Amino acid sequence: MHNLRAIGRTAQMAETPHLRHSGLVRITHWLITAAFLALLVSGLEIVVSHPRFYWGETGNVNTTPLFKIPIPSSRNLVPTGYGYVLPDQNGWSRYLHFQSAWVLVLTALLYGFAGLFNGHFRRNLLPAVSDVSPKRLVSSIVEHLRLKRPSAEEAWSYNVLQRLAYLLVIFILFPLIIWTGLAMSPSFVSAVPAAVNILGGQQSARTLHFFLTWALVLFLLVHVFMVFLSGFRSRVRAMITGRAAEPLERV
Amino acid sequence: MIKLSRRKLLTTGIATAAGASGLVVAAKLAKRYGLIPPDSGGIYGPGETLTYAAQRLLTRHSLAREFSRSQISAKPFANEVAPLGDEFERHKQKAFAGWRLAVDGLVARPASFSLAELKSFPRSSHITMIQCEEGWSYIAEWTGVPLSHVLERVGALPQVRYVVYRSFQPDWWESIDMADALHPQTLLTYEINGGELPVGFGGPLRMRISRQLGYKSLKYVTQLTLTDNIRKFGKGLGSAEPEGGYAWYAGA
Repeated sequence: MHNLRAIGRTAQMAETPHLRHSGLVRITHWLITAAFLALLVSGLEIVVSHPRFYWGETGNVNTTPLFKIPIPSSRNLVPTGYGYVLPDQNGWSRYLHFQSAWVLVLTALLYGFAGLFNGHFRRNLLPAVSDVSPKRLVSSIVEHLRLKRPSAEEAWSYNVLQRLAYLLVIFILFPLIIWTGLAMSPSFVSAVPAAVNILGGQQSARTLHFFLTWALVLFLLVHVFMVFLSGFRSRVRAMITGRAAEPLERV
Repeated sequence: MIKLSRRKLLTTGIATAAGASGLVVAAKLAKRYGLIPPDSGGIYGPGETLTYAAQRLLTRHSLAREFSRSQISAKPFANEVAPLGDEFERHKQKAFAGWRLAVDGLVARPASFSLAELKSFPRSSHITMIQCEEGWSYIAEWTGVPLSHVLERVGALPQVRYVVYRSFQPDWWESIDMADALHPQTLLTYEINGGELPVGFGGPLRMRISRQLGYKSLKYVTQLTLTDNIRKFGKGLGSAEPEGGYAWYAGA
């Protein structure tokens, strides 16, 4: 009886295909993708109601902006140089923005804690010490600039630039964009004033939030481009089903 | 073929049951402790409820940041206001001598106060930032009578859960929960930066909610109604804002 069960378990393990991405990584990847796109669209809509950015605590149409975006506005009193006003979309944009922010934050917390405890970050994202030498980095950059298709082995692992880019996005850009978002909340900063004071003021937080958005959009564009370069169908299939073509030495 | 071992089935079942009953308990507790906003229905309800509940748990008694006098904005911005009409113009010509604030609903002593009476009550000031949902802001010193003082004066009944406030502008009304109604920075303001509150900024009387976006700081306040049932007002969403597509709770 005991033996039979042991045999059964071994057989089950052998049947389980080796997965490129764990279920948790796949689910959180697509949840964050959906939340990010919703945040991007709704965030840009909100910017349309005041396409001016300031530095410091305060700013309004009576004060000098740090910069303006040359687009029409959805508000009458914003001087844009355009002779027309766009329809107000802030209601649903704001509802969607905050709801998506909750999806993003809760998913990111799940991914982050799971990644710390199950070794995902250490195993899959932390580059080998030998790989972060200037020589290796330069050669990896050159390979990328030549748009060289990755080797079959790279379908099962990330290269050093990829690892550094993912670490930058996961541990720096996303925490910063969440922080700068919270720093704009009048209620949140009433409880945690340091969140906005450290950034130099509420309008500074808004401006930083805007720049961080473009940093993440840039990552998204490069990320999707690299997926195309290395085989769109196989890479997207791996992120949906978890399965990828086995490299030769594994077969 | 999907293989489900008995153990897996059992643990999944227990986890699902625990999760479901956890959600039910959380919903009951949230309702009991007033953590559900009036506009919690609809597709954006979950996000709104999470924001409101989280901020009521974490920031119920916190004070909005106060600034030094030197940080007061030299150029504040009075947002666009729809034409206020002839009746308002007549009030203005008489320096708002006939302006009244009616207080009714669940109160022991319904009352109506003139501006002079409101100004004779204890006054309070704070230098705080007002932020518009659009993204702009300014810092000003606001002076007025704490709303809590007015509520005390009329004898607010213990079952009151919301204060509904109306503007001279028809169809403009707002409401706040008791955490904001009794908050020390919540003022019925009649002065800005040491001078009379101009009409553009909401004069003669503006509600100032320090920890929420500007649209909760309703201009031209004429009436307060204390209630235990916010659903009775308008479409039952808590204020005119959700009826126009904006969130009731603007702590963001």
